Amino acid sequence: MKLKPQKFADYATIAFPAGMLTVFFVIPFGIMIAVSFFQRVQGAFYEPAFVFENYARFLTGFFGGILGFSIGLAALVAVVSVVLAFPFTYILTRMSRQAQVVWLVFLLSVLSLSEVLIGFGWSTLLSRTAGITNLLVSLGIMDKPMSLSPGFGAVMTGMVYQTFPYTVLVLYPALSRLDPSLVEAARTLGSGPVRSFANVVVPALRNSIVSTLIMVFVFALGCYLLPQLLGKPSHWTLSVLITDQAIYQSNMPFAAAMAVFLVLVSLSLVAISLLYGKKEHAA
Amino acid sequence: MDDMKKGISRRSVLAGIAGGSAVAMAGITGFPGILKAQEKSLKIGAYGGYFKDSFDKHIFPEFTKATGIAVESIAQPTGEAWLVQLEQAARAGQAPADVSMISQVSMLRGSAAGIWAKLDPAKMPNVANVIPAFINKYDDGSVCGVGAVTWYITLVSNSDVIGEAPTSWAELWKPEREGQLGLLALVTNSFLLDVTAKTYFGGQEILDTEEGILKVMDKLAELKDNVQLWYRDEAQFEQALKSGEIPMGQYYHDVAGLAAADGYPVRSTFPKEGGINDSGSWAVSKASEKLDLAHVFIDFMSQPEIQALLSRKVGTSPTIPRAKTGLTDAEFASVSSEIEPIIPRYDMYQQRADWLSQKWTELIVG
Repeated sequence: MKLKPQKFADYATIAFPAGMLTVFFVIPFGIMIAVSFFQRVQGAFYEPAFVFENYARFLTGFFGGILGFSIGLAALVAVVSVVLAFPFTYILTRMSRQAQVVWLVFLLSVLSLSEVLIGFGWSTLLSRTAGITNLLVSLGIMDKPMSLSPGFGAVMTGMVYQTFPYTVLVLYPALSRLDPSLVEAARTLGSGPVRSFANVVVPALRNSIVSTLIMVFVFALGCYLLPQLLGKPSHWTLSVLITDQAIYQSNMPFAAAMAVFLVLVSLSLVAISLLYGKKEHAA
Repeated sequence: MDDMKKGISRRSVLAGIAGGSAVAMAGITGFPGILKAQEKSLKIGAYGGYFKDSFDKHIFPEFTKATGIAVESIAQPTGEAWLVQLEQAARAGQAPADVSMISQVSMLRGSAAGIWAKLDPAKMPNVANVIPAFINKYDDGSVCGVGAVTWYITLVSNSDVIGEAPTSWAELWKPEREGQLGLLALVTNSFLLDVTAKTYFGGQEILDTEEGILKVMDKLAELKDNVQLWYRDEAQFEQALKSGEIPMGQYYHDVAGLAAADGYPVRSTFPKEGGINDSGSWAVSKASEKLDLAHVFIDFMSQPEIQALLSRKVGTSPTIPRAKTGLTDAEFASVSSEIEPIIPRYDMYQQRADWLSQKWTELIVG
């Protein structure tokens, strides 16, 4: 049952969050859009103007390729995270209360690690001199230790490590609310555990899965430190280049233009998938 | 633990992180500046990590003792990142630090934007010691920066992995170095264009034109397969160099010397084409209200004894003629070299900034 706001005072409860959103999101974003049209002064900073050259510079095959890579990487991270986290969370919700608390506290503690620590941690774990390949060598699985970082695998590992706890925490409420009688019914009708998971649990939570995918995708798209620490230059995302422009080249207008473009692209991808979800829902 | 501390390196930083933590770090330094806020005090920026630690320990207390001015030291990130913060703060009339140590490319950018306060040499008699090339000036001839220290970027190698010390920058191009190199990731801090020009094109004149620069970049592209790590953060490479994971590359001579002194198998070599000589200047933010005290500080830092102290304790090379410093041959050799250095073409990095950064990114990412 939904209660519609009747009078002006009913809106008061959202005044505070709306205010915070305006001050800390809408206004800064507005400033960023304004800066993206400013005139870059080469060898110095920038001055107010209304020019399109920052966007023009971005619209090249080179940046198109990097944008494509960034989106592909974020999408892949989202898919891998959800594929790993969904069965994990399902099993987690079936555990005893105490076990669940221990796992959730552990996941929250992983979330408290900074990206810097995660990046340096994985670069050591994947190194030739101190990494896990040494373990494999001592077990006789590999001939000699090798360096796995920097590389695409290292970037993926680091980013999935970082997004996994988020994914679990987002999926957790939906999965723990799932009516157990659905699975019981499937099992009664002769379906095995794997089949009932795939044919009953997954479709029943389709909307949660889609929204989680979107959330992880957007989160991964903004990641700039891990691709830089764990990747080769060809694995640097658009966010890395935005940082370079803003911090090292002091080219705020160009960085802002790239950032606006990235936000627009991710917003439109989110919109498309929401529209698609709605249609499916209606059908 | 000690390694971790050094890991927060001085000229580089993990993007904005240190920028944000600069304020926090300044708060916990526990320096007398906080206690004596009512008295004369000065906020001074130095590259965070080992560098700032050495200043806190050996240099700033001397200054306070001599002048009675308390110092609140600020851990600042690498030159350009700090420049952006100073510039943004100055637009809001704020000065996160009164005096900062600024690298040369950033000095030029800051001058073009006019964010430095004009300095009066008459108030700083010791500045006459400083080699004129290390004095930064606005177009109208007024002084906006005074050379603080100079440092070298040299060819470093892990002596356990690389038996014989390399003697030339050309070593970086050798096929047997595949996957063994760590190089700085930005055109404006690696100065690899200057190195390539000097090593393969007989000098830096080729960098006068865009065609020339592109030729140099083509040559540089040949060593891409040898590069295992393009680093923005010093700590990233320092760790890999010490362990031998990435056994060769370009690095700061002073920090490499410290690692060696700590017993790591790290050596720094001045190649026959010369080490890259870069320098930092003291500059005062226009938004600072303590220009008078800043003059006292810069004057103090330009004294021969203090320049010698910097060489001995911080490992930097002086900005005044060696003869005035009284450094012994051994002391001087540990921070510098008789081989003619490669001085970066700062003019090129400023005038062609955007074109260069674009071509450079295409070069290493492509």
